[in-house]
Amino acid sequence: MLERKLGPATRDAYGKTLVELGKTNPNIVVLDGDLSKSTKTEFFSKSFPERFFNVGIAEANLVGIASGLASCGKIPFISSFACFLMCKGYDQLRMAVAFSELNVKVVASHGGISVGEDGASQQSIEDFALALTLPNFVVCVPADEVSMNVLLPQATHHVGPIYMRTGRPKSPVIYTPGAKLELGKGVKLKDGNDVTIFAVGLLVFEALLAADQLAEKGIKAAVVDLHTLKPLDRDLIIRQAKQTGAAVVCEEHTIYGGLGSAVSEVIAEERPIPVEFIAIHDTYAESGTGDELLERYELTAPHILKAAERVISRKQKS
Amino acid sequence: MPSSEISLLCRQANEIRKDIIRMLVEAGSGHPGGSLSATDILTAIYFKFLRHDPKNPKWPDRDRVVLSKGHGAPALYTVLAHSGYFPKELLLTLRKLDGPLQGHPDRRRLPGIEASTGSLGQGLSIGIGMALARRLDKKDYWTYVVLSDGETNEGQIWEAASFAAHNQVDHLIAILDYNKYQLDGSCKEILNMEPMTDKWKAFGWDVLEIDGHNMTAVVQAIEKAKKIQGKPVIIVAHTIKGKGVSFMENNNHFHGVAPTKEEGDRALKELEANQYA
Repeated sequence: MLERKLGPATRDAYGKTLVELGKTNPNIVVLDGDLSKSTKTEFFSKSFPERFFNVGIAEANLVGIASGLASCGKIPFISSFACFLMCKGYDQLRMAVAFSELNVKVVASHGGISVGEDGASQQSIEDFALALTLPNFVVCVPADEVSMNVLLPQATHHVGPIYMRTGRPKSPVIYTPGAKLELGKGVKLKDGNDVTIFAVGLLVFEALLAADQLAEKGIKAAVVDLHTLKPLDRDLIIRQAKQTGAAVVCEEHTIYGGLGSAVSEVIAEERPIPVEFIAIHDTYAESGTGDELLERYELTAPHILKAAERVISRKQKS
Repeated sequence: MPSSEISLLCRQANEIRKDIIRMLVEAGSGHPGGSLSATDILTAIYFKFLRHDPKNPKWPDRDRVVLSKGHGAPALYTVLAHSGYFPKELLLTLRKLDGPLQGHPDRRRLPGIEASTGSLGQGLSIGIGMALARRLDKKDYWTYVVLSDGETNEGQIWEAASFAAHNQVDHLIAILDYNKYQLDGSCKEILNMEPMTDKWKAFGWDVLEIDGHNMTAVVQAIEKAKKIQGKPVIIVAHTIKGKGVSFMENNNHFHGVAPTKEEGDRALKELEANQYA
């Protein structure tokens, strides 16, 4: 049985790794919108106060300033809650970052509904869709501390805009230190021939848990962490579609415009197979603990298990 | 500043207005009114003050100009061409497919464009970012941001204004092309931002108020602004939309409609007959 061992939240991993990156890269500057204690850019602000700008609660201005800094060769990391930065700063991300092809790193915390008690206004269920539609953007969701530690330096090295989502709650440990992750490449965490479960963020662990429970029923599920939503690892998706002939895509995001849509586009073009979606079904969530909400909105292992069984039965019919 | 130099700048501005008319007639679309109202301001910046090298547009120590009112692109393109960034013949490719002179400025396509603008209200924040980079890099360049009056409707302008004052952002000069009109009508009708200068003062800015078509006043205001340290400064320049062409002045039809060939010829005739021709 898979053990649920909790590591630091990805926002904590971000805050700490950013300080390390700041030590060797003097061009890194960090901007926050009066949420640095929550996004964890607070760590950077204490280590490098001269390279940290708290712009106040003004996301549009935050993104615009980052654009100006980037045009002068700085590497701005900008943070706030995902819902606020993406929704209130969206036109600025569009014009002053994406269209302008400027090297701004958007690392937004409190992704998904596992934010919990603060409720729907603070939860972000549209950010993947918003980020994915911006040309030139890379979109990435590290699942745990190790993935953040590995992917954030790669995001820094990459020249161009990136959207990275971090989470509020502690993340179940997926990777061991030294794990090899590469921006743009999915990771097959478990192999199996009956179905592939693609997942991101907190749901990677739920997918692994579901795969374990499926194994007890004699169903062999592959589990893939698609931490980079764009550019998507098309080759891996196609290989898995061919190998397993059925897929479940899991994300803490609205069903429209996120990972499920992106994976389905590849599958529809390259290898049509039945697909089921674990996502939030066109609604906003509410207050409650993070775990309660993941369960209430059917994003946990038991729901993934049922979706896997459904999709396998569809495979056999077709 | 000797009057002969002012006179030269005025002549330069007149030549720029002529090219703006020519390129808009050729393009068949674009924004004459706000291009002509900003012409004297841009002429003063580029031909009196700007430290730049058109042969090396990415020179790290260059002064920066952000045309936040991106629809004034024809005026910006013309001062860039007259500065030597690209041949003047290129001006006649405005808004054409595959051309670098996009309908609104695109920093990726044309040397000399510092910021891609056109979604109003964004340029001041971008200019602040440039000024912060200057501070971090201990350089001494200046950042000029040209704003429209209409775009001060945008909340982002006031977010940026608050930030710049709070953070004592200097080496930053905003110039408001206050031509009193926006797309749908006069600013007073659509969204009256008066008292404009009091607003900027209340936000912690130094404010200079001038006639934006009096070249001596424009030059003196920028000289004065460059002496202000430790706070941002805005020059509120009262201008006339369509300035320089009698039938375009204060005629909001020409906000976003290019002159016809016939109107263009009349406009050029006027510009060729005035005191700066």
